[in-house]
Amino acid sequence: MTQNDAIPAARRVALAREPGRPGVSGAVQTLFTDFFEQRGDRLCADDPAVLAGVGLFHGRPVTVLGTRKGADLEENLACHFGMPTPEGYRKALRAMEQAEKFGRPLLTFVDTPGAYPGLEAEARGQGAAIAACLARMSTLSVPLIAVIMGEGGSGGALALAMGNRVLMAENAVYSVLSPEGFASILWKDSSRAGEACGLMKLTAADLLELQVIDRVLPEPDGGAHTDPAAFWRTVDAALREELRRAEKLADPARHRQRRFRAMGNGWLCAGKETI
Amino acid sequence: MNDWFAARRQRMLRLKVRREGERPFAPRLSASEPVFEQCPRCHAAVTRTQWDKNRMVCPECGFHRPVGAYRRLSMVLDEGTFQELDPDLTGTDPLNFPGYGEKLAGLRRRTGLREAAVTARGRIGGMPVIAAVLDSRFMMGSMGVAVGEKIARAAEAAEKARMPLVIFCASGGARMQEGILSLMQMGKTAAAVTRFREKGGLYIAYLTHPTTGGVTASFAMLGDITLAEPEALIGFAGPRVIEQTIGQTLPEGFQRAEYLQEHGFVDAVVPRAEMRNTLAKLLRLHQKGGVRRDAE
Repeated sequence: MTQNDAIPAARRVALAREPGRPGVSGAVQTLFTDFFEQRGDRLCADDPAVLAGVGLFHGRPVTVLGTRKGADLEENLACHFGMPTPEGYRKALRAMEQAEKFGRPLLTFVDTPGAYPGLEAEARGQGAAIAACLARMSTLSVPLIAVIMGEGGSGGALALAMGNRVLMAENAVYSVLSPEGFASILWKDSSRAGEACGLMKLTAADLLELQVIDRVLPEPDGGAHTDPAAFWRTVDAALREELRRAEKLADPARHRQRRFRAMGNGWLCAGKETI
Repeated sequence: MNDWFAARRQRMLRLKVRREGERPFAPRLSASEPVFEQCPRCHAAVTRTQWDKNRMVCPECGFHRPVGAYRRLSMVLDEGTFQELDPDLTGTDPLNFPGYGEKLAGLRRRTGLREAAVTARGRIGGMPVIAAVLDSRFMMGSMGVAVGEKIARAAEAAEKARMPLVIFCASGGARMQEGILSLMQMGKTAAAVTRFREKGGLYIAYLTHPTTGGVTASFAMLGDITLAEPEALIGFAGPRVIEQTIGQTLPEGFQRAEYLQEHGFVDAVVPRAEMRNTLAKLLRLHQKGGVRRDAE
């Protein structure tokens, strides 16, 4: 990585949450041509917190999927500040099915604090909707590349991120829960979030070391929002290369299953061998 | 000879149940220990023998108290069929989280468990199964690397042996102390049970109190059949988080087993007394035209 190595984790969390941070809406404008947005879960609603559609990436059709926070307050509220509802995850599921049906690679862009914790969200099966996305991604026969753009919060982020390759912006964070939630659960004190940041191993460098992600996308000094055009050039080049590589996989589904099957196995103690 | 092995297995399971040290199952050590234990809900005075005989369900109000993993297996598996899988598989401390190692060691001493999940091979109503049980006394049944691995291995064992898979869930979700690696176990377990199901395997998820967070959002909600214990709390976000987000108190019965059944996420709410018979019936119904799938 670059000269930005020394940035502390808490600062990265702040950078990842920067309001002007490039996300899936920017990706649609800069990386893809002829983009067509698909809306609705075909069950009851459309959740704007998830963006789904088809576009051309250097001339070849791909399915694009991502979480978005919205550009102004009105959009922020409609998107629950980037926290998808079950309707959002079921729209994502629809996009995954179509990627499979039409043989299109799937590119996902993740920036969410987590899935929306609301009464209706629970009544409509938030857990079941996320589980369905995980299950579907594990069997897709097309290549899936996921990019953690800003916040990768909890199961709500993983629901779009079971990639053959998982890339991560240099100042993005990806964690089991937000640092505030983490501090609140473990110490009953969300004001200790700063302390949590230091412990959680949520930065791109940490996650590369833990082999949770495969590649870090360098950002301009000061963060991706200071020079989005430069950052998108980096993303574009990385995605082209990763896609070319992923398309050579004989069995992308099996590759993905193996990738996640190995997660954390370096930290197991087997004891004596059993049946 | 077979009888000898069966008797040995049964002794083993009884010993494990006893080691769980669960009141009221642990033998009374002295006359000074109380004979009665109040029901946590209706406060009826119930003797320890009554709790024991009634599978930890209050005879007065029907309240289901939590049961340990081995105890659960002893209630559901045919006598003498319990064979534990991966009994010594544990995780370590990937984040070097302060106090985590000591906490694990203490829990291992107190509960007799090695980790929050126990997996086993056995029979229910004569039909072979692979069973996994999460135990809420061990770090709230939370899923870290070891729990995720045990669930994945159970699904693989079921696939290999062509046996149905039954998972008794009880979990606070992903284990915070193992950070992102706990989150990744959601992907691992979801993929493992999905692969098993796609090969034609029957997966029954039995949700017990509480089933929340990353466990709900992965393998718990992926069953071919989903059962739940009465009044079990089942959800993704915890009630406290939701109340804070929406700024109002939640309705009575919200996120309980009955509520999930009403909203279409649970096939049946099954009281503990009927658990074994219901599972045996479901296993019989999935024997594929009477051809035993376990024919070896």
